[in-house]
Amino acid sequence: MSAFESIHQSDRAVKRMTRRRGQELRFRLFGLGAVIAAMVVLAWLTISLVGTGYTAFYQHHMTLEVFLDEAVLDPTGERNAENLRKANFRKIIQEAIYARFPEVSERRQKSALFKIVSASGATNQVRQMAYANPALVGRTLTLSVPTSDDVDQLLKGYIDRDAPEKRRKISNQQIVWVDALKATGEIKSQFNWTFFTGVDSRDPELAGIAGAVVGSLMALAVAFVVSVPAGVGAAVYLEEFAPQNRFTDFIEININNLAAVPSIVFGLLGLAVFLNFFGMPRSAPLVGGLVLALMTLPTVIIATRAALRSVSPSIIDGALSLGASHTQAVFHHKVPLAAPGILTGSIIGMAQALGETAPLLMIGMVAFVTEIPSGLTEPASALPVQIFLWSDSAERAWAERTSAAIIVLLMVLVTMNALAIFLRTRLERRW
Amino acid sequence: MILEIFLLIAVSSLGAFFFGKHLAQSRLALAPVGGLSDRAHSLPGYHGYFAAWLVGLAGFAVAALGLAYPKLFNGGLLLALFVAAVGGGFAFSYRQIGAGFRARIQVERFVKGALLLCSGVAVLTTFGIVFSLVFESLRFFEQVPLLDFLTGLQWSPQTALREDQAGQSGAFGAVPIFTGTFMITAVAMFVAAPIGLLIAIYLSEYATKRTRAIVKPFVEILAGVPTVVYGFFALLTVGPAIRGFAEGFGFSVPTQSAIAAGSVMGVMIIPFISSLSDDVINAVPQTLRDGSYALGATKSETMTNVIFPAALPGIIGALLLGVSRAIGETMIVVMAAGRAANLTGNPFEAVTTVTVQIVSLLTGDQEFDSAKTLAAFALGLVLFVLTLVLNVIALLIVRKYRERYE
Repeated sequence: MSAFESIHQSDRAVKRMTRRRGQELRFRLFGLGAVIAAMVVLAWLTISLVGTGYTAFYQHHMTLEVFLDEAVLDPTGERNAENLRKANFRKIIQEAIYARFPEVSERRQKSALFKIVSASGATNQVRQMAYANPALVGRTLTLSVPTSDDVDQLLKGYIDRDAPEKRRKISNQQIVWVDALKATGEIKSQFNWTFFTGVDSRDPELAGIAGAVVGSLMALAVAFVVSVPAGVGAAVYLEEFAPQNRFTDFIEININNLAAVPSIVFGLLGLAVFLNFFGMPRSAPLVGGLVLALMTLPTVIIATRAALRSVSPSIIDGALSLGASHTQAVFHHKVPLAAPGILTGSIIGMAQALGETAPLLMIGMVAFVTEIPSGLTEPASALPVQIFLWSDSAERAWAERTSAAIIVLLMVLVTMNALAIFLRTRLERRW
Repeated sequence: MILEIFLLIAVSSLGAFFFGKHLAQSRLALAPVGGLSDRAHSLPGYHGYFAAWLVGLAGFAVAALGLAYPKLFNGGLLLALFVAAVGGGFAFSYRQIGAGFRARIQVERFVKGALLLCSGVAVLTTFGIVFSLVFESLRFFEQVPLLDFLTGLQWSPQTALREDQAGQSGAFGAVPIFTGTFMITAVAMFVAAPIGLLIAIYLSEYATKRTRAIVKPFVEILAGVPTVVYGFFALLTVGPAIRGFAEGFGFSVPTQSAIAAGSVMGVMIIPFISSLSDDVINAVPQTLRDGSYALGATKSETMTNVIFPAALPGIIGALLLGVSRAIGETMIVVMAAGRAANLTGNPFEAVTTVTVQIVSLLTGDQEFDSAKTLAAFALGLVLFVLTLVLNVIALLIVRKYRERYE
């Protein structure tokens, strides 16, 4: 055995090597563990949201024979709007349910029976039908009305039937009725269109995201119209035309700092400047859009500058050598070639704006809005704000809808980002 | 109304473009053979653009006047002014347009002005933020002394609504808010710093190209999830999970706690730290690695003894940016950290943060002059200054480090 071998194969050397290899393995496993931990959290997030949210996409409805009793609704028989507006449609629904269970006579029991359907949901449904067509009064209609959220939750399996009656939101007797109705097919689950077409409501079974989605789209449109032209303009100026001086440096520092300012500070800016100084309306998508535009401006500027920088300088040189002016070379050649990058940056900026909540809270877009906003200055909500508002309610039915709204929001964001990536890979040119 | 005005301006501007272009075409044409005279400086289109810009600017000037002084300029007077301005634009273009007129130079001047204006928006935003925060904060400090705000131990802004108590010291002591903010930031960084760094190390040194291509986008998804979603996740899943876990050991922990909000915030920050550190680690020259390997060091020894020290300034910069994110984050803490201003060092209790207080002071009814509302701006100023300082330091460190290897 040579001296050389003995150094590296002595017991101590072998031990040392084993220790070092162990260290190496442990280090590597730590790294892998961190990656796995991040993936696990992402999976946990997805599973917990989908798990609580998917049931909001269907909802139980009850088929009800409703007799539009003339004696209740329109005793004078005039069928005018005035009478119908005052009419007691609630009683119509009550009578319809009592008629389904003629054996129930006691008052407390009757009131429990009425709680199977969504009181305001069913009442509004019948009222709207009667308004639209007063000739229906006096006839019997077969309607599908939403059940109350407690019944819906019971049938979705979220209310423990074995729990003591007092700790349940639904009584033993009600469970018997609901099961009977379910067995005969009078209560059925169907796709929850209300969630996509409805607006915010105090009753979870009637609440939908349409109003918030429209509010978000309006704010996003304003943000897009303001921040993309201004951002692209600023980027083109800084990249192509700005002289090297203090003022240019100052603008650059400004933009970099703005990119790191917490979003809530933009909300404070909106409150102090747009609302208090300029007197713009509170809760309006116009103001929300402006605030989001200022917030996404740095993103658009930085992305556009990167896109402009990646265009080969030979393009500009070629244009200049053929006699184009500098402005012509930039606008006829460089900007069009950078367009895919600019577009990608803008989409990513808009995705960021769509998910933003905090600044909208500052300018009052947290109001309880029960109408689809019809204009840029009307009070409106936004999808993330709607999520925030619903998340505050403790009831299981709200948690379900919050998760469902989050699923919708995330799907839109994933689509936007996928579109950005697709455009980048599809349109990008390498030099 | 505003939309109609803009439409009107756009239509006149468009009209001016065609007017200018056709006028130029006829004036610049070589009479017998067609084509442009060689004395012409600019193409007809530029004459059109010139007219369009001129008319558009004139229209805007009048509209701005109308918006600024609605009492003075309205109705017929405004319309007359508008017609005069637009007509003036047309008349001036009519006189200018010709072979000798350098329309392109003028148009390019307009364009550059407009671009400069666009860059001005960013500057104006910064000024807007600074002025609104400083101005409202000064009004707040007229009612509450600065020292009481920065050193007071009790935060209960509601009491200031009572006449006799308004502005009294004690109610606006922000120390519990600052400690709450720092505690949640600490919890977040405790989660994000090791995981983010290890991910960066694993992806840059160990992972194959394919693994990296798959894992990196997934990690970055974490940065794209809206914070309101994280907040709900903390409230719905993580908070109860921590409570259940603690109850297993016989502790009682509220669903809203610093640890729930902080750990979820940490998850949000992981991708910031991992991608910034990844860049920094990749920027360390390959020669340093090769030298270390040649001396017989393993990958982990190279990492800890060579690359990590070399990349340290950049990594510190990344961590500082992470801290600044954590301090400014709003929705997660609003939803999952609680609103009571507890002065506590226990992360299992509910605490409040600067951002939470801003939200709770400013949502709901507002009287703009009350100390309660103004306090939100003072907190906003603290937040702005703090994040600004952290960012500037981080950027300086990163830039200095970058220069060392370039």
